[in-house]
Amino acid sequence: CTSGLRACFPSPKMAAPVSLLVEFGGGAELLFDGIKKHQVTLPCQPEPWDIRNLLKWIKQNLLKERPELFIQGDTVRPGILVLINDADWELMGELDYKLQDQDNVVFISTLHGG
Amino acid sequence: GCAGRGRARHVGEGSAAAMCQAQEEYGGCDQPQRRPRVSCAQKCMKCKEASPVLVIRVGDAFCKACFREYFVHKFRAMLGKNRAIYPGEKVLLALSGGPASSSMLRQVQEGLSRETAKKLRFIPGIIYVDEGAVCGQSLAEREETLLQMETILQASGFPYHLAHLEEVFDLPSSILQRAPHSPAGPENSYKEAVEGFICQQRREEGGSPSLPERRIQEKLAELSMREAPGTEGLAAPGARLLGAVRTEQLVQLFGSVKTLTAKEELLQTLRNHLILHTARAQGYSKVMMGDSCTRLAVKLLTNLSLGRGASLAVDTGFSDDRHGDVVVVRPMREYSAKEIAFYNHLFGVPTVFTPALDTKALEKASIHRVIERFLFGLQAEFPSTVSTVYRTGEKLSTAPGDADPATGAAEPQHCLLCLCALDTNVEDGSALQAILVSEQLSQQRLPAASPAGRGCCPGAEEQRGCCMNTTAPGADARADFLPLLCYGCRLTIKDTTCLESLPLYVRSEAERRKCRAAMKLEIQEFLLEDEAVNPGES
Repeated sequence: CTSGLRACFPSPKMAAPVSLLVEFGGGAELLFDGIKKHQVTLPCQPEPWDIRNLLKWIKQNLLKERPELFIQGDTVRPGILVLINDADWELMGELDYKLQDQDNVVFISTLHGG
Repeated sequence: GCAGRGRARHVGEGSAAAMCQAQEEYGGCDQPQRRPRVSCAQKCMKCKEASPVLVIRVGDAFCKACFREYFVHKFRAMLGKNRAIYPGEKVLLALSGGPASSSMLRQVQEGLSRETAKKLRFIPGIIYVDEGAVCGQSLAEREETLLQMETILQASGFPYHLAHLEEVFDLPSSILQRAPHSPAGPENSYKEAVEGFICQQRREEGGSPSLPERRIQEKLAELSMREAPGTEGLAAPGARLLGAVRTEQLVQLFGSVKTLTAKEELLQTLRNHLILHTARAQGYSKVMMGDSCTRLAVKLLTNLSLGRGASLAVDTGFSDDRHGDVVVVRPMREYSAKEIAFYNHLFGVPTVFTPALDTKALEKASIHRVIERFLFGLQAEFPSTVSTVYRTGEKLSTAPGDADPATGAAEPQHCLLCLCALDTNVEDGSALQAILVSEQLSQQRLPAASPAGRGCCPGAEEQRGCCMNTTAPGADARADFLPLLCYGCRLTIKDTTCLESLPLYVRSEAERRKCRAAMKLEIQEFLLEDEAVNPGES
C-alpha cells in the first residue's frame, strides 16, 4: 500500500471499523464547537464497540471543553438523553449496547441552558 | 444489589467518594424503586403490537404512534380539564425557542387544525423575547438567533411579537399594579360559551373572511401598530436592535447583580413583566408558558430555597392570576423533559437553542443549578422523583390572604416586583423575625470591622440594610425599598448593588407606594374603620 492509508482487515480477533452518525442537541452541541452532526468512524479494536467505549472515545476525540458537563463517571451526565436509531437507549441496553455500522446515536441535553 | 452495580468509577473527588460509599451502605436495605430494566423485546404497553421506541415514567414503553397519540391527547385533556380557556379568547404563547415552548406551539397548531368538534378554539399569538444582551451574546449572534426564530414564527401563521428585553426600560409602572380581575363565569357557562361559539362559526362560514384571512388582517393591523413607542425599529433586522443605550443600561443592571441566583431571578421577573405588557397592550387575556413538569419540579424546590414558599401555588400551578386581568397558564406542566425532547426529535419540532445565563456555568454557581443537578441526579436512579415533587406541588393551593396588620387593610399588600401577596409580617417567633434579628446582630459588629471611610453607618439607628451600600443616601433608598418586597424578592434586591440601574417603572412605582403609605399613616386617625375589619383587631 503506497498511499500511507492504514488498512484494516477484519479478522475474527478484531471488530470491523464502525461508521456512525453522532448528533448533539438541546445545547450539548456547545461543547463540540457548536457542531450538531458528526460523521465518525471508530477505529478497529479488539473489543467490540459499545456505548461505554464510544463515550470514552467522544471524550478523547470530539469533546472540546468541560467534559464534566457531558460525562459523569462512565456514563452521560444526568439530564442528557441518548437515542440509538431513534429509540431510547434504555430499551437497547444503555451502555452495553453493541454498536453496529451505520448506527445513529443522538445526545440531547434536557438541562436548562444546555 | 448496589455493591454489584459495577460502577467502578475512578473516584477522584471527595464528594463523589462519599456518594459511592453511601450507595454501598444502602445497598442492602429497602430503597425506592430503581429503574426497572425494559428491553426492546417487549411490546408497546398500549397497542401491544409495535416495538417500543421510548420509556417514560417508570417502565412504560411506547411505540412511536401510541406515543404521539398520548402526547397530543394530554395537551387537549390538560386544557379541557381546567376549562381555563374560553372559545374565541386571545391567548399569547410565550415562545423561548426551547424544547418545551416549541412543543407547546406545535400542540396548539395541531389542536387548532383539527376538523372534529374537539378542536381547540382560541386565537393564538406568539411572543418571543430576545435576552441576548443579558446572556452575553454579541449583536451578530443575536441577529442570527432572531433570524432563525423568525423563520419559525412566520411558519406558524400566527401573529407574533418580537420583543427585546431592553424594552423593559420603557414599561409603564401600571405593570406593577394588579388590574381588576375579569369575572370568571360559573361552571356551566363554559359549555354554553363553546356551543355559542360553534353556532356563531357556522353562521359566519357563509359571509365573513375565513380564519387564515382573518389572521392576515390581524397581522397587518399589528404591523401598522408598530409605530407605538417601544416597538419602533422592529421593521428590519438591522434596525431591530434598539439603541445601544438601552442595551448598555440592561448590561449595567445585570452587571450590578452580584450572584447568578439573583440574576436568574431578576431576569425572570423582568421577562414576565415584558410579556404581561405585551399581553395587555395587544388584548390577550391569557398567556401560555411552556414550563414542563421537570422544570416546575426544579422551580418548586428552588423557590423553597429562595424563600418563596408562600407563592409556590401560583409559581408552579396550572394557572397564575396574580396580575388580575391576564392569567398565565402552564399547559405543559404534565410533560417531563424527556417526553418533550423525544416528541420534538421524532416529529421534527424546530427549536432554537440560545445560551442562557447559566450555560456552562459551574455546578454550584447558582441555587437553580444546584437544585437542577440534585433533581436530575436523583431522577436518573429513581425515575419517580420528578413526578413525586410535582404531585406534592399540585396539592398546594392558595390560601386566602391575611389582613395586613400594619395598615389595617382587609386585603394583603402585594410585592412590588413579583406581585405575590407579601409574606413578610414579622410575627413573634416567625422564621423571618429570627432572620432579621440575626441580621441586625451581625451588622452591629460591622462598623468596627470595616476599614475607616468605608463604613456606611456610624450610628446605631439605621441598622437594616445599611451595610449593603457604601453611601448613606443609597442606604436610605434601599431601606425604603425592601419593605415593598416579598422575602424572595428582597434577597434578589439585596444582591443588586446599584438600585439606580433598575428600570424607571420599578423605581417610580416604589416611590408612589412609599408616598401613599406615608400619606395613609398621616391621615390614619381620621380614616373611618371598614366594617369588614376582623373583630379581633384593636
